[in-house]
Amino acid sequence: MRAQFVFGEVWIGLRRNLTMTAALIVVVAISLSLLGTGLLFVKQVDHTRSDWQSRLQLSVYLCSAVNPDQTCAKNGPVTASEKAQISKTLHSLPQVTSVTFQSQEQAYQQAKKLFQNEPVMLSFVQPGDLPASFEVKMKNAEADAGPVTAAVLGQPGVDSVGDDAAILTKFYALLGGARNAVIVVAIILLVAAILLVANTIRLSAFNRRRETAIMRLVGASNFYVQLPFLVEGMIAGLVGWLIATALLAGARAGLDGLQQYFPFPVQLSIGDLVEVIVVTMLVGLVLCGATSFLTLRRYLRV
Amino acid sequence: MIHFESVSKTYPNQSRPALDSVNLDVEKGEFVFLVGPSGSGKSTFLRLILREERPTDGRIYVAGRDLARLTNWKVPQLRRRIGCVFQDFRLLPAKSVYQNIAFALEVIGKPRRFIRKVVPEVIDLVGLEGKSERMPDELSGGEQQRVAMARAFVNRPMILLADEPTGNIDPATSIGIMKVLDRINRTGTTVVMATHDAAIVDSMRKRVIELEYGKVVRDQSRGVYGQAY
Repeated sequence: MRAQFVFGEVWIGLRRNLTMTAALIVVVAISLSLLGTGLLFVKQVDHTRSDWQSRLQLSVYLCSAVNPDQTCAKNGPVTASEKAQISKTLHSLPQVTSVTFQSQEQAYQQAKKLFQNEPVMLSFVQPGDLPASFEVKMKNAEADAGPVTAAVLGQPGVDSVGDDAAILTKFYALLGGARNAVIVVAIILLVAAILLVANTIRLSAFNRRRETAIMRLVGASNFYVQLPFLVEGMIAGLVGWLIATALLAGARAGLDGLQQYFPFPVQLSIGDLVEVIVVTMLVGLVLCGATSFLTLRRYLRV
Repeated sequence: MIHFESVSKTYPNQSRPALDSVNLDVEKGEFVFLVGPSGSGKSTFLRLILREERPTDGRIYVAGRDLARLTNWKVPQLRRRIGCVFQDFRLLPAKSVYQNIAFALEVIGKPRRFIRKVVPEVIDLVGLEGKSERMPDELSGGEQQRVAMARAFVNRPMILLADEPTGNIDPATSIGIMKVLDRINRTGTTVVMATHDAAIVDSMRKRVIELEYGKVVRDQSRGVYGQAY
């Protein structure tokens, strides 16, 4: 093995093909950074989800004196025994981790706090208007909300059940859509990158057809004939990956600055970032290496 | 050294075979002229020896190897034992004389020390003393062909194939080329030279094999070019 010779040939190849190499590097860089963004998106959505998970709860609203709903109209406001029965039912469910009772007065105080800057809104709300409720926390807010709701809904004294998760579902759908869009664009660009690698290598093989013809003639092994091209493709892939890494690291720094505007953590953990960078490197190397290899098999036959 | 056993070669989409059941033996250290009109099968003969082509029929043995049983993987090993010279020299224009010759050794992974030792030797052998740093475009045709011969011979092949090596060179310079080929032959290397150059064949008085329409029509030791006509 003569490393110096191989790298000399690689250098000549990259220099002769400068514009193609530059295009290849840019496309690899963009596609890998988009792929990385998509992967980070997935991780981030998972993190946000588990972060919210612990905060989500069900609100089991109880019938009050002024409640206009049909469910409550028959029985009238909740009685003490009904209340005790609902509480017992909730406590008996295995999914439920904690149950807190919120009286009408407490609900009113909370509303006062919530609307303290909007006196008009507040003026509509009277202490008896808001229903009392049981605030229920569950082990897995998303999965357990259904069974818990079913268990209490319809019991005498229960008006309705409010589920926080229902609001978040839309938010998740939005995030999921954005993530899919990023990944689709990344895949399209990766296909473009594959075609560019193939073209660059083909051009390179054509530029050096005299050399390779002589190499074959004097009995250079296939490995020796193909290695410079293979290394050429992989170097372009590596440089593209380095640029993508810089972009992703920059994105992380940018998100840190945006944290103050979000009520939930948006920072990327270093661990996630490193993982994604390693994945993109492997994708980049395998993609460039494999494409170069397959292209060479077509254009540099013995 | 080279053994053809009823070898035929028909190229795809052609009805007439390029070689038609050729039987032939070339011994170690022989010097053989391959003559015949264009399209008579000379180039096919050389390409078969290099295993750039496979015969449609028959068996070929080169340097003791059965080419039919040679895997693609082993073809480079075969080619390291065969040197090649062409009418159009095929030098690398961006490399000097020394680099062109060294290239043939570099690409088969020879150590640098070995290359530094043998390249100047072979430059002397072909008569290019003091020109090792010249670029190909600074050399005459004859000198370029000497570089090509040096490159073909630098790895001490058992066989040297020359496809019209004097085809682009004037008669006076051709004599020098033939002297180099003769010198290479005297080191024990088998030389097979395809040519149209009657004067050279007549003056060398070596074995002559004449091909016509893919068949051997004449095979004489110490022959001349045009005896059959």
